[in-house]
Amino acid sequence: MEAPKYIKGKEPHKSEYRMIFRNVDRRGWDASIKSYIADGGYRDLKKALKMKPQEVTDEVKTSGLRGRGGAGFPTGVKWGFIPPNNKKPVYLICNADESEPGTFKDRYIVHQDPHQLIEGMLISCYAVGAKVAYIYIREEFPEGAKILEGAIEEARKKNLLGKKILGGKFNCEIYVHRGAGAYICGEETGLIESLEGKRPYPRIKPPYFPAALGLYMCPTIVNNVESLCHVKHIIAMGGREYAKIGTPRNTGTRILCVSGDVIRPGYFEVEVGKITMGELINDVCGGLRKGRKLKGVIPGGSSAKVLRAGEKYTIGTGESERTIGINEIPMDFDTLAACGSMAGSGGVIVMDDSRDMTWILNNINTFYAHESCGQCTPCREGSLWMKKITDRMVSGAGVPSDLKTLTSVGDNIAGRTICAFGEACAWPTQSFVAKFPEDFKKHTSRRNAGKELNPESKAAAAGLKR
Amino acid sequence: MNLLMSPANKQTEDLVNVQVDGHWIQVKRGTRMIEACKQASAEVPHYCYHPKLSSPGNCRMCLVEMGMPPRPAPGQEAELDNDGHAKISWMPRPVIACANTVTEGMGIRTQSTLAKECREGVMEFLLINHPLDCPICDQAGECTLQEYSVEHGKGESRFLENKVKKPKNVDIGPRIRLDDERCVLCSRCVRFTQEIVDDDVLGFVDRGSHNVLTIHPDKPLANNYSLNTVDICPVGALTSNDFRFKMRVWFMRETKSICNGCARGCNILISSRENKIYRQTPRENNEVNSSWMCDSGRLNYHLLESDARLTDPMMKKGKSHETVDWPQAIRSTAEGLLKYKGDEVAIIASARMTNEELYLVRVLADTLETKNVDTLKCHGEGDDYLNHKDRRPNTNGAKAILKLRSPGSRVNSIKKGIESGSIKALFVYGENIESKGFDDRVLSKLKFLVSSHILANPTAKLSDIVLPGASYAEKRGSMINATGRLQLLNKAIEPPGNSRDDWEILQDLNRAMDGKDFIYELADLFSEMASIVPVLKGLTLSGIGEKGASVIETGETIPLLEREAQRVNQGLIVG
Repeated sequence: MEAPKYIKGKEPHKSEYRMIFRNVDRRGWDASIKSYIADGGYRDLKKALKMKPQEVTDEVKTSGLRGRGGAGFPTGVKWGFIPPNNKKPVYLICNADESEPGTFKDRYIVHQDPHQLIEGMLISCYAVGAKVAYIYIREEFPEGAKILEGAIEEARKKNLLGKKILGGKFNCEIYVHRGAGAYICGEETGLIESLEGKRPYPRIKPPYFPAALGLYMCPTIVNNVESLCHVKHIIAMGGREYAKIGTPRNTGTRILCVSGDVIRPGYFEVEVGKITMGELINDVCGGLRKGRKLKGVIPGGSSAKVLRAGEKYTIGTGESERTIGINEIPMDFDTLAACGSMAGSGGVIVMDDSRDMTWILNNINTFYAHESCGQCTPCREGSLWMKKITDRMVSGAGVPSDLKTLTSVGDNIAGRTICAFGEACAWPTQSFVAKFPEDFKKHTSRRNAGKELNPESKAAAAGLKR
Repeated sequence: MNLLMSPANKQTEDLVNVQVDGHWIQVKRGTRMIEACKQASAEVPHYCYHPKLSSPGNCRMCLVEMGMPPRPAPGQEAELDNDGHAKISWMPRPVIACANTVTEGMGIRTQSTLAKECREGVMEFLLINHPLDCPICDQAGECTLQEYSVEHGKGESRFLENKVKKPKNVDIGPRIRLDDERCVLCSRCVRFTQEIVDDDVLGFVDRGSHNVLTIHPDKPLANNYSLNTVDICPVGALTSNDFRFKMRVWFMRETKSICNGCARGCNILISSRENKIYRQTPRENNEVNSSWMCDSGRLNYHLLESDARLTDPMMKKGKSHETVDWPQAIRSTAEGLLKYKGDEVAIIASARMTNEELYLVRVLADTLETKNVDTLKCHGEGDDYLNHKDRRPNTNGAKAILKLRSPGSRVNSIKKGIESGSIKALFVYGENIESKGFDDRVLSKLKFLVSSHILANPTAKLSDIVLPGASYAEKRGSMINATGRLQLLNKAIEPPGNSRDDWEILQDLNRAMDGKDFIYELADLFSEMASIVPVLKGLTLSGIGEKGASVIETGETIPLLEREAQRVNQGLIVG
């Protein structure tokens, strides 16, 4: 395998470690199986098929791979949740619904390197005992769906997929299933409901843990596109070698998607925890726009709590306890969680001092209000309420109590819903209002308080005696 | 795990120890948390949970604080509290009580700050878009939103925005009206139609706060159990067209009785005010009708208000009937029947009569020394849910008390007897026998025809004497349903005009014919009856109870209850 050369202007930054994105923007590369195999592709599938399925799972466990979809749950542990005496068919689902605002990594794998995903899926199916796998791809990737279906057929022709793979006993079918434009279909049980042809109302857990009662009430493993690609590399180099990349308990590489007020936004594959926020923003992305100062960063997709520039975070325990600023935060799962946010899906949104946080929160609230499935009370009513409050603030009719109301509504949603969408829509509100109160206060006026703000109350108030 | 349990109870295979609001109780393994709290008398408010339906856990009103004993480190014992139970570590995140089951050592707090905050939060969320319809909403007075907002709500609003507008007054079926703004999206109606009556016509469309309950584009909600959705709807989203705007629920008196539409004997509540019935609703009885009843039974009280209702005793004078008073009517009836001996008299009673009334008919038959006694067999189409094909509620009572092996089998021979002239007098009680071929031609052969009905009908028209009786809602008495259960009817309203309770009419007749004493207490009449009817031996009227008592083994099963039992076994519902 020769070292890849990249398209001019799209070369990886020197801080990057291109493993998953090795073939993205590669010169002379296309999505065909010919390209992939010539570069050594499907060798790791052959290697995996010579191992026992449990050995494959054990390698993934040893590697310490954590899910790249947003939750960061250890993948090997998730695979181990399938009931030991299971007699029902096992399904593997690739979550290609990439809808988290600020995230744009899976799309490149799907469009430019589909065979890496397919190989990773086949290895994973072999490990968990799945004979049928689905790629649930978001509706907004019509080309991606076609590319994947084409890639699947290419693999089938080479006996790498379908019945008796490579002449052995392993059968595996992969189907591409297109979504219809709902963010909640990225939630694993919402995805499963959608795949079954129903409304994507997430299921309550317990009892409907997908590893026990998933698709058609059979054990199901749902993994992110990037996570499944990592599996291939884990088998290639072995779990222990993989665990040397990155940092302890935060192993491997991950793709960060930087957007916002930086000179060079884009996607960057880095070793987890080996790059700090400051290095990412200033070195890799070329810093902020001329004359601007950093105001805040959302480190893990719009669901993650915002970090304010100038904050200090105390991390570590006992002797290793220390205080760091925003630029010193290593981009890993544990530290970002310790700083009160999360690594999430890797969507880093940088905001400079030209931004008004009320507008930004309103933008985010509009998204969540639109995407709430509506099944459970707090999120259904609360998400739209929070949007309406910030709508009003942004249009100049905010009142001082709005800050308290916003925070209180967020507190009443988070932790009280069926799925994590509750936290996803509440955390932005809670964190933005808590960390940038002056921005919000600017949009409130005591003069607005008590005003009849809608036509019905105007009419009602007209008849009241004061 | 070796817990030293001294005063605390050991967990057995069947029972687990659970702490509810500080008190330790024992409940069966696999009990839902909400039911365990109910057993400990701790109320957990809820909307979407219903013991007979699956639990989706979407209203979030039943959130409670939960704790578990932490797993001790290897080699260490669990920390115990004063009662010998493992100390509970409380979770910061609340859990729903309706879908989670208890485990050994679990702690539940329903009155903690966290639980109360959760409820206040959910109440606030439900009320922000809820229309201010209480003054015009039928559910007022029995609305869970009203009740919980008083008990668990904030008490004031801080919502300054426009409410979400949704369709109101939507026609979704012949008997039901839908108001989407009031709907709290609990999905009880959707689950009921899907899981209980196999009529999947309701569902949700649109997203988020704009979710609306909607009816299938091609099929209305018209099945014979549709009004049960109105019962289970916790708010005024689904309302009954029949009851719409008729009466406030707090004005109505609820009488526990039994539906008389068929032999199932569904337990009901008759809601009335000032001698007018406004609605009937099912009463839970897990041996008969679970929590449901059919629409046709529910609405059959309307026939009591018919214009054809008889209100005075009448005697034939020439071609028409003339109103008379009761003493005259009873006297003439007794005289008329006593003219004929033994088998010259026939009695056709009804399986709509109570046991006590049928007993009095038996006494009458003995006085007249006739064996020509029968009731009408009236079968229709049953269904696979609750409707029984026998359209008479007390066939089993008629069998036991009138000693009929096959009710309706002697009717033809009675007809032949009349046609041949061997039967000269006929006493019909509570049936329009024209449907069985007793038309003008046959009945005109009789020398004497006396009948009792509640509505005017051809048999009454041809009768020499007509005695107006009472309907099922106007009498107290017992009946035995198709599955052999003895159940009690109670009096909700008075019979109209001069019509009288049937057991009084029959006692007057018996006294006029044989000097029998009048028994003033129904309970005493029941006891007299119980002494000679084997299946009722040893029972008393007051001992029957609100849920009835099984007195005959019929071997019949109820399809809906069987399916319910299956779902309980599968753990899908609580039952």
